Amino acid sequence: MTSLLDHSRGETVGYSFSQSTAAPVRQHGFYPYTDNGGSTLGITGSDFAILAGDTRSTSGYNINSRMVPKVFKIGGEDETGEGAHIILSVVGFAADGNALKERLDAVVKMYKYQHGKSMSVSACAQRLSTILYGKRFFPYYVHAILAGLDEEGKGALYSYDPVGSYEREQCRAAGAAASLIMPFLDNQVNFKNQYIPGSGEGHALEQKKAEPLPQETVKQLVRDAFTSAVERHIEVGDHLQVMIITSNGIEEVFHPLKKD
Amino acid sequence: MNHFPEAWGRPRDDVYGAYNSSYLQTSGPKTHTSSPAVTGTSVIGVKFNGGVVLATDNLASYGSLARFTDVKRLRSFGDKAVVGFGGDVSDMQYIDRLLESIDIRENYSTHGNMLNAKNLHTYLAKVFYKRRSEFNPLWNHVLVAGFDGEGEPFLSSADLLGTTFSAPHLATGFGAHLAVPILRRVFPDEKPIEEISRDQAVAALKDCLKVLFYRDARSLDKYSIAVITKEGIDLKENEQLEGQSWAFAERIKGYGAQTN
Amino acid sequence: MPGFDFSNYNRNAALHAKGVPLPKATSTGTTIVGCIYDNGVVIAADTRATSGPIVADKNCEKLHYIAPKIWCAGAGTAADTEFTTALISSNVELHSLSTGRDPRVITCMTMLKQHLFRYQGHIGAYLVVAGVDPTGVGLYTVHAHGSTDKLPYVTMGSGSLAAMSVFESMWQPDLDKEGAIKLCAEAIKAGIFNDLGSGSNVDVCVIEKDKPTQMLRNYEKPNERGQKERNYRFPRGTTAWLNQKIISKDDMKKFVTIQTLSGDDNLAAGEKMEVDA
Repeated sequence: MTSLLDHSRGETVGYSFSQSTAAPVRQHGFYPYTDNGGSTLGITGSDFAILAGDTRSTSGYNINSRMVPKVFKIGGEDETGEGAHIILSVVGFAADGNALKERLDAVVKMYKYQHGKSMSVSACAQRLSTILYGKRFFPYYVHAILAGLDEEGKGALYSYDPVGSYEREQCRAAGAAASLIMPFLDNQVNFKNQYIPGSGEGHALEQKKAEPLPQETVKQLVRDAFTSAVERHIEVGDHLQVMIITSNGIEEVFHPLKKD
Repeated sequence: MNHFPEAWGRPRDDVYGAYNSSYLQTSGPKTHTSSPAVTGTSVIGVKFNGGVVLATDNLASYGSLARFTDVKRLRSFGDKAVVGFGGDVSDMQYIDRLLESIDIRENYSTHGNMLNAKNLHTYLAKVFYKRRSEFNPLWNHVLVAGFDGEGEPFLSSADLLGTTFSAPHLATGFGAHLAVPILRRVFPDEKPIEEISRDQAVAALKDCLKVLFYRDARSLDKYSIAVITKEGIDLKENEQLEGQSWAFAERIKGYGAQTN
Repeated sequence: MPGFDFSNYNRNAALHAKGVPLPKATSTGTTIVGCIYDNGVVIAADTRATSGPIVADKNCEKLHYIAPKIWCAGAGTAADTEFTTALISSNVELHSLSTGRDPRVITCMTMLKQHLFRYQGHIGAYLVVAGVDPTGVGLYTVHAHGSTDKLPYVTMGSGSLAAMSVFESMWQPDLDKEGAIKLCAEAIKAGIFNDLGSGSNVDVCVIEKDKPTQMLRNYEKPNERGQKERNYRFPRGTTAWLNQKIISKDDMKKFVTIQTLSGDDNLAAGEKMEVDA
């Protein structure tokens, strides 16, 4: 009879803590994920929302392509996305990103056919969360950001983790250079760590209050965030794709970035 | 009927003899492909004014053994598109059969085969993505060449994870490291594909194949090349690399102090 | 024998087994190349140093001095290339002094490979050694495990394949100096634009017979940073503080000696630090 308290594995010589001496158990020679690099970023204003992303696709130290957009129109009438009023950016594992985009696109289109009206951004945001959580134990390996205009016409931005936890925010950076861009956004969009000079002494010093920024300022911040991320992150570069959603529709522009 | 529901509907042992289950499961869990066996190396492709060129060598390796030296890794799909296969050769033959059946089915339909290279690429990418999601991957990296719905030259890549990307010049395997830098230098982004002639494109691919033969240990100097234009597919499968230069080797003596 | 101190080996192995991650060293991605021509040899390098996916230094120097006519391009762990080349440079100088002759490239290469072989690859230095000496022109690669190679054109680092694709499709025998410089710069640029581990500028070093060595720092700068669109200068008083203490120069004199330099910046600083605008 075998003992239930089998200590033969995991016992080691020399150390007081446990250390495995057996070779690790190999389960799969196939890993179903990869990281395609790149970064995305979204900022909202009083009557607009901006989503931006670089267009570089990487694998390891290689550049797959210099032009693979990460920001998509959701729920348009044709494959060009004409007539869409919601935009989505995905960064991480590109194949999952594509699958996610296509699912959400189909859902928003079906909603319109079935209900005879466009899906609201908040409903779409909730639906995206459900889709992501639906694959809780084999997740879509992506950081998604959804943007549009809410019922009051204000810019709306929702950011997600890979398994569907989401939140409405003023601004969010995701992807490879998120840790470089996000502190910059905190400081420049929400004015974190900025105080009003001469407004008081010590703890009485007044914080600079965050308020919606004008569109031109936001565009400049987006471009500066990316030209700076390109300087310090090797997976970011080539081109910058910017989509701006206003009551007039969606405007899409591309800017060149450094290619090294 | 008896009191053993698990035996209901099964052949009775006392009538038919005990069921021989030996062929079903021998021992251990069911396994999928976790690494490729017989493999092909690089596929390289470039767009030009009015079409696309695709090339591979004719080698199928078994580990470090040059196992088969006349394997045709470019497969045409009707007269519309060509697929270049890298990776597992048995999976390539499976996909080839799959594509053949689609082509036949389409041709028997009333509208005829209207699938273009872009449609084919979308289909292949979805097959790859579905199989990776089932943890049963088709171990290939393919390039699809032809024309899109607008009649523009089309070149795109899909791999075992379902990752897709497109660029004016693409390569799989070792070609991603050695051939892509050459193609990006000869045909830079600033130069539109309208300025690249068919002869220039073919010459550049031959140059790349030569460099690959010099530096990729799993490559061959026998190759296939396909030129896809509006006129149709010009596929040559038994080409020999020309103009090799090994003259520099004569001057090399040893790795250090050796002089003769 | 003096050398490395291994006394923390057991402690570190124990910590690592317990789950403490190993410290991360700077720079594995690099493109370095070398090419001989009729009267000398050219080596070149990119100027990006990385720590994982982060760019640690945008304009570092990867071309190291060994002797006036022997230079070395380094890839791999930044500290290892720096210290290994500095050590061998010292030993080459001492050897040259004791023999009373100009140092030879092959001597330097042999010292490097014997040093690296002794450490069984744990010193992560991947080098291109080049120079001219009384026996002629020399160009070698030295791998971290101690193997060497002698070829008319060589590449190393993560961008070695991109760089080699340039040599294999453009190199020809009997290059002249300008041709060799152009070719090496082109090879580095292939690394800069195709390999994520390489980037920024091209450094070139030309070592020619009977001529002083030319170190062409930032020979090409194909990746200048664009102008920032907004001004990020904060008004004075933006940062919060709870208390302040002013230490005067007289107070400091109680603890340290203070020497005042002249106001001329050029006299004070050896090399001016590079800073972003």
